[in-house]
Amino acid sequence: MLNRIKAIAVKETRQLLRDVRMMGVIFLFPVFLLVVFGYAINFDVQHIQLSVLDRDNSPESREFINSLLSTDYFDLVTYLKSDREIREFLDRKKAQCIAVIPSNFSNEIYRNEVAKIQFLIDGVDGNTATIIMNYVNAAVASYSNNLNYEFLSSRGIKLSSSVSLEPRFWFNPDLNSTRFLIPGLIGMILIIIAVVTISLSIVREKERGTIEQLNVSSIKIPELLTGKAIPYIVIAFINAGIILAAGYLFFGIEVKGSYLWLLISTLFFLAASIGIGILVSVIADSLQVAFLAGTLISLLPSMLLSGFVFPIESMPYVIRIFSNVTPTKFYIVCLRSILLKGAGIEVFWEQLLYMVIFTVIVVVAASKIYNKKQLKELSS
Amino acid sequence: MNGIIEINNLHRRYGETVALRGISLRIKKGEMFGFVGPDGAGKTTTIRIMCGLLNPGEGTVRLFDEDILEKRNVIQKRIGYLSQKFSLYGDLTVDENIEFFAEIHNVTDYKRRRDELLEFTRLKPFRKRLAEKLSGGMKQKLALACSLIHKPEILFLDEPTTGVDPVSRRDFWKILADLIKEKITIVMATPYLDEAERCSRVAMFNNGEIITCDTPDNIKKSIGLMSLEIVCKPIKVAYELLSSEINNDIQLFGDRINVLVKSQGETDSILRILNSGNVEVVDRRLTEPSIENVFMNLIKHRKLNG
Repeated sequence: MLNRIKAIAVKETRQLLRDVRMMGVIFLFPVFLLVVFGYAINFDVQHIQLSVLDRDNSPESREFINSLLSTDYFDLVTYLKSDREIREFLDRKKAQCIAVIPSNFSNEIYRNEVAKIQFLIDGVDGNTATIIMNYVNAAVASYSNNLNYEFLSSRGIKLSSSVSLEPRFWFNPDLNSTRFLIPGLIGMILIIIAVVTISLSIVREKERGTIEQLNVSSIKIPELLTGKAIPYIVIAFINAGIILAAGYLFFGIEVKGSYLWLLISTLFFLAASIGIGILVSVIADSLQVAFLAGTLISLLPSMLLSGFVFPIESMPYVIRIFSNVTPTKFYIVCLRSILLKGAGIEVFWEQLLYMVIFTVIVVVAASKIYNKKQLKELSS
Repeated sequence: MNGIIEINNLHRRYGETVALRGISLRIKKGEMFGFVGPDGAGKTTTIRIMCGLLNPGEGTVRLFDEDILEKRNVIQKRIGYLSQKFSLYGDLTVDENIEFFAEIHNVTDYKRRRDELLEFTRLKPFRKRLAEKLSGGMKQKLALACSLIHKPEILFLDEPTTGVDPVSRRDFWKILADLIKEKITIVMATPYLDEAERCSRVAMFNNGEIITCDTPDNIKKSIGLMSLEIVCKPIKVAYELLSSEINNDIQLFGDRINVLVKSQGETDSILRILNSGNVEVVDRRLTEPSIENVFMNLIKHRKLNG
């Protein structure tokens, strides 16, 4: 039995090493995704384009504007001169937000009345708009705090310490979204590579007719599948290594937890992914169908339903149930625990269990469908 | 003695299409058995059923005295199968292909056997070449070598020489002749009727049935006709004249006409018809009919009889 598994694995490796295009896809695709997700897709909001229409032009108004610009969050585009320009700047996306300071701004402050500032935000991207609003609110709060402080101390009243919030973000102190994305990215790349390569390699046997020669030989289906899975598991591990190394080099992400658990949970995840690949290969009869089905089945759910980008907790109940169609969901929990939190098995053992259950379901489904198809083929 | 292969009243359909309508065959050990007939006659289906790649519909198929449905795995270890389609790994070398098929057939000590087969198929100089870079004839020889690696007792060949050049075809037949000497039973489907003449026995398939099954010689004698070959000109006129005047099987081959005749008397009357039509007869010859002649004749009669 071991002999036959070895024969298949050796054969598969030889074929793979000679398939330059496939090797290219396998090793360049992860790098491509990493660059796209690591650099291009960034959910952090910084360097917001701010324009100002300062009708007051007083030391107070300039001080307020400087308090915004002294952070990394806002970049000044230009000072506007008239109302007309407001519309133009927002329409043409020359600015993401515009502060309009009324001409009586400093007067109101001196009269101890509520000084109003109009703040116009481009609300097309609701998420970013909300974040901008939060930044501005904080800036305004701190600005008026300072005013109060000055006002009171000018009258000889010493302000006793007020309540102040000191937030600390654990596991991802600067709320860097890349740090949050990398684990999901590893999961997504591994599942695509595993599903597509294994299903293509099985369907290729069907398409070329070599499966017939295997059918008349002594080899059994589990031996065939094990033999085929071995080289692709090795490849997937190499891929995982590349992504981790790149994550460390480019984004400073270190593995905080144990490498052993990282290895074990990855192995569980790959088993589940290969299960999906086998299911795809049973259903698909041509390479095109296999490639398309493999990519869709692995890519879409791990992108949308796994918690990679969109948190599962905020999904509707039905969708949350539906999110179990991808093992990436479970794997991401393991990865975030190990990579970012440095947590141990006690945190994610359930996820390992779910992956085992997932694998069993998929493989059983695949063999049921295979038997049905085989029976149909043998006797229809 | 029982045959090494026994097929009894085998029926098979693919959905609505009937592929086999009652095939019975007995093939003896050491035979070189040929399946001939047009595409879709049921040759491939029969072979695939014998290899256990398809289930029989009705009827029994027994190899080595065992039922194929019950002992598929045991039987498959003792047979070799070469399918119509090139079914090797094009991205593996000659050596690697043989090695792979040896290992999946549980042949662990394959090195000597491999050298033997490479010698046998004259592929030794190409052993490091990728299979897809081989010529059509060499590919088939490699496929044959792969299907022989585990020393099968029966070898099933499904149109192995289709699309192979004549020189390689002759080569291939030499190899088969050597195999027969080693007492291997060979069952081979072929669209080439000249290849059928080299078989020890031939089964003619048509429309899912075996219309005749015997040695090539007996088949030729069975119709009780001779082949009259006439070289004449103008050949077109002669062909049209004969087609309208007589009812015999007539075939046109370049500069000659082939007519199946019963007796010397018929020959004379044919010559008379040609003379009356101002056709110049250059040469004529009465020979044994070819398998092709017989096949055409049998099919025609079956059609006439309904």
